[in-house]
Amino acid sequence: MDNNNIVISKNDLLENANRLHDEKYRLVQICATRVGENVLLDYSFGRDYEFVNLKCEIGQNDEIMSISRVFPPAFLYENEMHDLYGIKILHMTTDYEGSFYRTAVKNPFFPLKEG
Amino acid sequence: MSRRSIVPFGPQHPVLPEPIHLDLVLEDERVVEAIPSIGFVHRGLEKLVEKREYTEYVYVAERICGICSFQHGSGYCQAVEAIMNVEIPPRAEFLRTIWAELSRMHSHLLWLGLLADAFGFESLFMQCWRLRERVLDIFEMTTGGRVIFSVCKVGGVRRDISSDDMKRIITVLDTIVADLKDFERVFFDNNTVKSRLCGVGVLSKEKILELGAVGPVARGSGIKLDMRKLGYAAYDKIPQVEPIIETAGDCYARCLVRLRELYQSVEIIKAAASTMPEGEISVKVTGNPNGEFFSRVEQPRGEASYYVRGNGTKFLERFRVRTPTFANLGALLATLPGCDLADVPMLVLTIDPCISCTER
Amino acid sequence: MSFIKKSPWIIHYDGTSCNGCDIETLACLTPLYDVERLGVVNTGNPKHADILLVTGSVNEQSAPVLWQIYNQMANPKVVVAIGICALSGGVFKECYNVKGGVDTVLPVDVYVPGCAARPEAIIDGVAKACEILQQKLDHEREKKRTRKAVKNNG
Repeated sequence: MDNNNIVISKNDLLENANRLHDEKYRLVQICATRVGENVLLDYSFGRDYEFVNLKCEIGQNDEIMSISRVFPPAFLYENEMHDLYGIKILHMTTDYEGSFYRTAVKNPFFPLKEG
Repeated sequence: MSRRSIVPFGPQHPVLPEPIHLDLVLEDERVVEAIPSIGFVHRGLEKLVEKREYTEYVYVAERICGICSFQHGSGYCQAVEAIMNVEIPPRAEFLRTIWAELSRMHSHLLWLGLLADAFGFESLFMQCWRLRERVLDIFEMTTGGRVIFSVCKVGGVRRDISSDDMKRIITVLDTIVADLKDFERVFFDNNTVKSRLCGVGVLSKEKILELGAVGPVARGSGIKLDMRKLGYAAYDKIPQVEPIIETAGDCYARCLVRLRELYQSVEIIKAAASTMPEGEISVKVTGNPNGEFFSRVEQPRGEASYYVRGNGTKFLERFRVRTPTFANLGALLATLPGCDLADVPMLVLTIDPCISCTER
Repeated sequence: MSFIKKSPWIIHYDGTSCNGCDIETLACLTPLYDVERLGVVNTGNPKHADILLVTGSVNEQSAPVLWQIYNQMANPKVVVAIGICALSGGVFKECYNVKGGVDTVLPVDVYVPGCAARPEAIIDGVAKACEILQQKLDHEREKKRTRKAVKNNG
């Protein structure tokens, strides 16, 4: 089982997503990880038993394009990332605006700095 | 002129053992849109990795969900073992396979029962759950627990199954198969059952691919996708692991897939029992994980992916699980528009939702 | 269980349980344990129920739901917390979104321990709840009788 990681920049995300969509990949998952003051995003795709993982590191205040127009179920993962990490995602097909998970703490995985 | 109204469905609802909330936009009796709202079961257990050692976290991982608890534990262990390059003994691999298949059996029987309950066939529900108790008895005999087992650990498993016990298990499985044969025709040929299942909630193959659905939902629409084919644990040594597919894509097809998988699981357990090598059941694991890995396993509900990222300390940096229900939520939302309000409980159940998995 | 004069109707709500206790609660109703033979009926309507079974801990989002169910139930009512999470939060106690046990939100009468709580323990808990329900009923009747006596004498 190999993870096939591909490192991309946040501006190439949509382009890569479109390419994978054309190559008949399905969205497996989107995951965010806090790495210091940045957030590492993992977009995983699968085709049959193949696995491809796009890695993209962004700053906490960076905005990123939604891929929910290419892969419809992505809006669930993106709302989740928004609620748990406070990542700003543009043009989601369904935007819950922070009410997807109503957590006791705001952005529990990456609390915003004071001020 | 039809009237629009919104009917809230859940979080407490007689058909759902778990809380999920849907706002159903209706035009008379017909659903036009469904808007989910989740988070009732959100605990935030992924963040707990920062407070628990990676070896202890297995217990938390098992408690992501009480139905597929074994596979959650083994999926997590697999990811950690891959990072640490730990090779677990062959016997442990076979034991994991056996317990995973038993979990699948108990989960599918549970689901068949709940489905029967959703379409109002209570005696069938009781029959399914009566059979399920026999699987739980096997669990109790081999692990000590009925739903949460804690037998999986990083580096192998904690308990062995003796050859005498294995023989007993196979005898029990044979009785389950015999009884299952007896009532499977109720699912297969009963007119009332078929009238509730056939042609309801149809998802085409293309739609499934677009929505990224997994597990029996995908296989019910004719997609050959079963993570067991990746050959994790001992699945690469067992020839019976061929994805079971149906092509109709409706509730009936998904039901048949799960029914047939029950027989398949029995076959796999028997094959594993006959080829299981003797030897150790765990290896000693030293050091701390440093690196990252995505591991994928096939749960009763479909593919689950586990992401583990370690930084060389005994506390992991990130653990993330994408459970099959999360992937199937899109499929659920796609089946609801156009259905009757009275069919909603059936359609919600047809993806076999596990909310505590989904929300973690 | 000869002290029970009433068929207890139960309603079940899953707080943030992992499902383990939920399915064990449901297993109590199915053939092997079959509490229905003792007159226990599982209902989905809070207004029909005497006993509220809660599995799992409580979070911000489920607390109001739980309150709503509890308030809709007719008096007297009994709350049973099932499983270690419902008792104290269990393994998830330190999670950011877990408030703690059910007793942070509702008055709990019976605590059933276990992870997952075994069906035998749950049945025992429900039997205890029946006892408490009867006591509450007796108590209320007594109060009514006293009130009536005071009214008649005064």
